[in-house]
Amino acid sequence: MFDNNMGTIAERDGFIVTKGKNKKQLQCDADSSAGCVSQRACVYCGARVVLNPITDAIHLVHGPIGCASYTWDIRGSLSSGSELYRNSFSTDLKERDVIFGGGQKLTAAIDSLMKKYQPKLIFVYSTCIVGVIGDDLQAICSLAAQKYQIEVIPVESSGFIGNKSAGYRAAADALLRLIQPVNSVVMEKTNSINYLGDFNLAGEAWIIHNYLRQMGVKINVTFTGDSNYESLKLAPKAKLNIIQCAGSMIYLAGKMEELYGIPYIQISFLGIEDTAASLRKIASAVGDESTMAKAEALISQETTRVEAMIARYREKLKGKKAAIYVGGGFKAISLIKQFREIGIDVVMIGTQTGRQEEYDTINSLVDQGTVILDDANPAELERFMMEKGANLLVGGVKERPLAYKLGMAFIDHNHDRKHPLSGFEGAVNFAEEVYSTVCSPVWNSLMKSHIGSGVEGHG
Amino acid sequence: MVKKNEDAVTYRDVNENPCNMCMPMGGILALKGIEGAMVIVHGSQGCSTYMRRHIAEHFNEPVDVGSSALNEKGTIYGGEKNVRLALDNIIKVYRPKVIGIVTTCLAETIGEDIKRIANQYVLDRGMDGFPIITAATPGYGGSHFEGYFFTLKRVIMELTRSTKKNNKINIIIPNISPADIRELKRILEEMDIKYVLCPDFSDTLDRPFSRPYTKISDGGTKLADIAAMGGGLATIQMGVTIDDAISPGKYLADEFGVPLYNIPIPMGIENTDGFIQTLVEITGKVIAPSLEQERGRLLDGMIDSHKYNFSGRSVIFGEPEMVYAVTKTCLENGILPAVIATGSQEGRLHELLRVALVDVTEENTTLIETDFANILAASQDAKVNIGIGPSDGRYLTEKGEIPLVRLGFPIHDRVGGQRLLSLGYTGTMMLLDRITNTLLENKYKSYRSSIYEKFYQQS
Repeated sequence: MFDNNMGTIAERDGFIVTKGKNKKQLQCDADSSAGCVSQRACVYCGARVVLNPITDAIHLVHGPIGCASYTWDIRGSLSSGSELYRNSFSTDLKERDVIFGGGQKLTAAIDSLMKKYQPKLIFVYSTCIVGVIGDDLQAICSLAAQKYQIEVIPVESSGFIGNKSAGYRAAADALLRLIQPVNSVVMEKTNSINYLGDFNLAGEAWIIHNYLRQMGVKINVTFTGDSNYESLKLAPKAKLNIIQCAGSMIYLAGKMEELYGIPYIQISFLGIEDTAASLRKIASAVGDESTMAKAEALISQETTRVEAMIARYREKLKGKKAAIYVGGGFKAISLIKQFREIGIDVVMIGTQTGRQEEYDTINSLVDQGTVILDDANPAELERFMMEKGANLLVGGVKERPLAYKLGMAFIDHNHDRKHPLSGFEGAVNFAEEVYSTVCSPVWNSLMKSHIGSGVEGHG
Repeated sequence: MVKKNEDAVTYRDVNENPCNMCMPMGGILALKGIEGAMVIVHGSQGCSTYMRRHIAEHFNEPVDVGSSALNEKGTIYGGEKNVRLALDNIIKVYRPKVIGIVTTCLAETIGEDIKRIANQYVLDRGMDGFPIITAATPGYGGSHFEGYFFTLKRVIMELTRSTKKNNKINIIIPNISPADIRELKRILEEMDIKYVLCPDFSDTLDRPFSRPYTKISDGGTKLADIAAMGGGLATIQMGVTIDDAISPGKYLADEFGVPLYNIPIPMGIENTDGFIQTLVEITGKVIAPSLEQERGRLLDGMIDSHKYNFSGRSVIFGEPEMVYAVTKTCLENGILPAVIATGSQEGRLHELLRVALVDVTEENTTLIETDFANILAASQDAKVNIGIGPSDGRYLTEKGEIPLVRLGFPIHDRVGGQRLLSLGYTGTMMLLDRITNTLLENKYKSYRSSIYEKFYQQS
């Protein structure tokens, strides 16, 4: 009944390469193929993760209940102010709404939310069926915005219009609409920068703010970790954008350069090497000699402090092999370097939504024989981790049980994390987390294959 | 006494923090309990990913589910090509014994005839006899609770055959924990009763660590056993709150004349007695002495705890079937069910509760198709001091300082949801201890200061 070619899917060939073995370029940024068990989420998910950290916004999902249910407060973004963003609102469309249209329900939902919360900003997310039944989101949102004199911004995130990257773009379009000054007045620039692509997971943006403050560099607003209506409105005033999570933010940065004349540079605060390099890059871009000097002082003080702590872990971890499967390319690139800092080589690496230039960088950084893959599935992860003898996997919630079932250590590098992995503090946390899982005594118990085995002198 | 439960369905324009998930989620759970099964979600890529994430985090198990990855083209011209490709790829990589296809909002809104698509595929591939179970489960059609039973009914409709009588009892299992399923099996074995449990995800979603890893877990209800359910001695269905339209037991009764015993989840003395008596009635077997012992221990424990439990004012929330069983258990132990809530549709829960609560003189509220904002408000009104339900109830703890006993699905912020035992005499005792100890912990935490504040006056 079945052919003998078990386990290989022809459509996936172009998305997997082994460095040094294949001449071909890796394919990426394509829609997932049916039945491949992709680990990717949808357009709505991409949009929601980018916008959700805006703390005083109402996030209203126009659609059936599931979309709001699966995204309620599952992300670890922290707030210094409003907690409104931690609620999940839905128009909870039912069969009759699908038949007769959900527009009235949406208007009623906005009315009741205004009454209860008086927000200044509402994002209305479109879901799959809204795209099909044709509710006029734009018109309904404009009417509500006029009625209440607030921002009601539609987010075009119907699940079927593309993959998670399309959701990043939808979020960027919503953000561009939000930050556009009234009557397109030109805002005066201040001596400050915007920080794009940090969602303040476990307070990571706060850590970076502290570094920059010590260097005398002022952050205007962060997109979108711990941001709010007021702070985002002032975004055009910055004179430089620094981008961390490029996958979700590079389009926005390009647009802001075009519209507001704000240039951008790419940085990353994952690992000591990238953190230090990024601080220097920022100091030289916006500061003077004293900024540079402050940056160097900070780097040297922090590096000295954390290197001793990390060295102890490196001793225990040297020679282990890592597999990486994360959402975006920037994270994957930084992780390669970060693993080197603790003596670990990367033998398999992939992302859900990495871009071509990011894969080129990955290819230039990894050793010969490393498997690189885009939009991988559990079967491929299993196969290459076993083939390459990986000792640990870095990934998200869905990948964790697979690693554990294979008897392999695991690092949670997802939006749900409860401890910061950014900056110098984060580098120590990272090393400690790797140590906590790779060197755990539980793996010793697995060496005994059954009851009594491996126990000397028994019986 | 005033009873507020007359208008139980909560009308609202907006759902604020959902207390339910969508239909295909329930469909996946049911299908995961069938031997050698793989599931495909016919819709956009995100649906399967979100549901996988939710299930994986509760069970700590790899949850591989395919998607037809509907894109714009498929949405306009129909998704048959996507479904066929998904089937090809899933069969290649997983070699399942059976495939379940659940649909989504998107697939149903564009009018996909999934049954026809599946039949055509089997025909074209020359796979005569290969079982593909299809279930129309649009997210707007109901909650995961209805999706679970409806999909289970579809499993039986597709796989059960007219067959000669056998001596096994069919047991229709609701969404309980793997530990609960194992406990039911143990009770049946104590009673020396032959049975078919359907679905049985006690191994598939809680598998032991073993090598080598297999992509599809061992376990699940055997296809041959499902086929023979039509000849069963009787059906015991733990589904008193569901409508006949989605009742697998009703189908077996109507189609094959298998007598149906529709009983509540055996939680609490009365419900567990009911289960055991039903077994005796069907088989004529004597009650195992070991069960009498367990029952005696439960009674002993109930007496030990009754004064502590008297202080309990509970909010009980989650799926209707579980909510009903917990309500009965609370009532038996003098814990007031002050607020009883579900995000699912009415079914028969409301009328069952009316009977169960007839002797309760204190005010109580029933909320159907509700959300957590309403549950919180009602709980605060009712001065609730303990919550019992899935982990989304942490919202009640955070906003209303209501301590939570985690029970049901999903449990995301604690480990071991799959290992929670709450059924039968022994399981009831374990659940009751968790409830009583939570009440005690809270009392010890506050009684010194609250009494001091109330009475102490400096002389």
